[in-house]
Amino acid sequence: MSGIFLSLRQLSVTYGRGSSGAAALDDIDLDIVAGERLAIIGESGSGKSTLARAIAGLLPEGATVRGEILWPGLGHPTRAGRDFGFVFQDPGSSLNPVLTIGEQIAEGARRHLGLSWKQAYVRAEELLERVRIPQPDKAMRAFPHQLSGGQRQRVAIAAAIAARPALLIADEATSALDVVVQAEIVRLLDGLVREDGMTLLFITHDIALASGFVDRIAVFRNARLVEAGSVRSVLSAPKSDYTAALIASHRDLATPPLIVEVTS
Amino acid sequence: MSWLRRLLRTPEGAAGFVILLVLLSAGLLAPVISPGDPLKIAGRALLAPFTDPAFPLGTDRLGRDVLAGLLYGARTSLAVGMAAAFAAMVLGLCVGLAAGFAGGLIDEALMRVVDAFQIVPAFLLALAFVSTIGVSTPVVVLAIALGTWADPARLTRAEVLAIREQDYVASARVIGMHPAEIAFREILPNALPPVLALSATIVAGAILTEAALSFLGLGNPNIATWGSMIAEGRSVLRSASYLSVIPGASLAVTVLGVHLFSEGLGKALGDDGVRAA
Amino acid sequence: MRRAIILLRRRAISSIPVLLIVVIFTFFLLESASGDAVDAYLGSIGGGDAALRQSLRESYGLDQSMFARLWLYLSSLARFDLGWSVAFGRPVGALIAERLPNTLLLMGSATALSFGLGSALGILAGARPGSLRDRLLSIGSLIVYAIPSFWLGLVLSIVFSVKLRWFPIAGVETIASGKTGFARALDIADHLVLPVGALALIYLALFLRVMRSGMAEAWKLDFVLFARAKGLSRSRIVLRHVARNALLPLVTMLGLQSAAMLGGSVVIESIFAIPGFGRLAQEAVNGRDAPLLMGIVVTSAVLVISVNFLVDLVYAALDPRIGASEGGA
Repeated sequence: MSGIFLSLRQLSVTYGRGSSGAAALDDIDLDIVAGERLAIIGESGSGKSTLARAIAGLLPEGATVRGEILWPGLGHPTRAGRDFGFVFQDPGSSLNPVLTIGEQIAEGARRHLGLSWKQAYVRAEELLERVRIPQPDKAMRAFPHQLSGGQRQRVAIAAAIAARPALLIADEATSALDVVVQAEIVRLLDGLVREDGMTLLFITHDIALASGFVDRIAVFRNARLVEAGSVRSVLSAPKSDYTAALIASHRDLATPPLIVEVTS
Repeated sequence: MSWLRRLLRTPEGAAGFVILLVLLSAGLLAPVISPGDPLKIAGRALLAPFTDPAFPLGTDRLGRDVLAGLLYGARTSLAVGMAAAFAAMVLGLCVGLAAGFAGGLIDEALMRVVDAFQIVPAFLLALAFVSTIGVSTPVVVLAIALGTWADPARLTRAEVLAIREQDYVASARVIGMHPAEIAFREILPNALPPVLALSATIVAGAILTEAALSFLGLGNPNIATWGSMIAEGRSVLRSASYLSVIPGASLAVTVLGVHLFSEGLGKALGDDGVRAA
Repeated sequence: MRRAIILLRRRAISSIPVLLIVVIFTFFLLESASGDAVDAYLGSIGGGDAALRQSLRESYGLDQSMFARLWLYLSSLARFDLGWSVAFGRPVGALIAERLPNTLLLMGSATALSFGLGSALGILAGARPGSLRDRLLSIGSLIVYAIPSFWLGLVLSIVFSVKLRWFPIAGVETIASGKTGFARALDIADHLVLPVGALALIYLALFLRVMRSGMAEAWKLDFVLFARAKGLSRSRIVLRHVARNALLPLVTMLGLQSAAMLGGSVVIESIFAIPGFGRLAQEAVNGRDAPLLMGIVVTSAVLVISVNFLVDLVYAALDPRIGASEGGA
């Protein structure tokens, strides 16, 4: 049951031509177990988003890919939407402003599950209920601009899993949302993934947010994989100084202040 | 002149530049290549092109040299086109700047006027203007400008409104800059580029409008224009179609040159804008 | 529906001052002409003495002060009375009503053809920006857009009417043919092929370019990437996501071009001798008929306002974000 779902072998991605290209990913070796929840942690420029896009085949033109992306869990070339779903960072721009919510969820189901439009719309409404959108029947006919940011992200998640993919990739899916909403979305993702037995790739810069619910963490820095391991082992005994620094610089209300006031 | 180099590197810019250069030279060298009045009767009537070396493009119904008409017509088209576009841009910029900057009732009133000039078809307006005031060249220029100033005005105003809200304008105001100074030193230079991008379309439109006006007999009858040449050729369309086809093709090539030039310019300056941002 | 009525009310109210400006400006413009319709009329009948001129001017009300006449004109305009044409000796309104249908037919067909074909070709070009197909269509449309429509009309009539004899050379239908119903419609269509073609081809090129550039821009938007991530078919992405969004600036352009197309009809109707509204404008200019010209300008303004309003309705129907701030969806 728990075999390797996805395997990255010496994966490298460069933007730009020839030697002048900047390496966005450098020689990555990583295995993703079927059914696990893996967090990719990194700061800007670490290559985490590039990794997500490379796996999904959504890299921009002019990107050179070397190395291998193997899908032992699938046994056939990967199909977007059917084998994996992708949720983007900005819910405001992921959804097409002129089409209804219902259509944007149903189109994935129709394309990959062989459903008629009517059947696809029924499934879409069910999905809206699963992602806890209030009044799903009304929401089906609503347009993206009528929803809040958090609701739009729920819709995007519903659309991403509409065709029952085995893998869900969430690329900074919570980074553009308010803190309270972030926690809700994380809870939602966790619940969905457990219920459907999906594998989850959760990309974020927030190590604390991810550690709260994932099984494993992989830390990236400057296009390289720094370390990977279970949450407990990475947090308690980080093998690299960088990981230790990431953990240490996490700030919450218990952390002492950075700037000490000078009493005159 | 780095933008010129960049312009010439794009295929559109290079092609447009070459076309416009040829036209400008044709217009400037007209008195050299075909000295004398282009409207004078030069030879036998209805000579076909490429038959007589003295008249490489033939002659018209009255025996006027087609090549001379073509060269002098280039002058008219380019001069009127650019003058009208310039007048339209200046008027549009002033009104747009005033409306966007002043705001309130002045803005409302000015915008209604702009609306009025946008709603009446430009050609109809030019027609009415030329037919009542007269057919001299300055009047034709003004008539065309009146039909086209509304778009630059609207665009300028939109730009001004957007720029007004920017932080650098607010900081200028905070340090006490005089409103007029703000208008001309901060707002205008930034509002200008998109409006200037419009200028090529306006020049092209002005050239076509001038041609259409002289085609209908409403241009200056004392100068050679491509439009009047096309109209003249209408009466012998069956037998001597070249009389209408040649000036019309020149018109098309001119307008094409202007469009190509502006596309190339847009690309050349576009890169610049990205870097500056 | 509610949004439509709100838009209609607002548009009607803001149009009145604009129309007023149009009327006043045109009035004073035509005033500044040296010599008026009476002079033109007298010129055409070979001159007349001062007494005749005076009595004619009185009967046409041309001897009153400028402002009195403006007021008179405005008040009759409010009653939809467009005055009397001196050159034709008939009410202006009747003349326009007679000629307008031909022009509307011409313009309507040209708009439908250019919009439909232009956007279809634009979608073909924009489906793969930078492809050979795109480059060919872009260059082709650039060349066609540079062609003066009146010259195109002439060339088309040379090739298709004179040389090939496929289509009639002038007029809107065969005079006194006695045809009715479908046969008459075919006859009119036959006559309109070339003028509609000349007018439509230029705008086709324009709409092609606008659709193509709209699509090139839309391709860069995030929701297109999201659609790709969902694994949707290429045709669905091109049509339902990219083109559907690129349609919006195209519809806006349609509204902006309506005035230009009306102006373009003047020359086309002149070339093909179509008894339409545009041709009437030329005849008004030749006959120095100020009331007729005024009526034409006012009617044009009203036409353009109406077309713009219709276009705005269509735009609001296509873009659910419009009007959302007022009273909800």
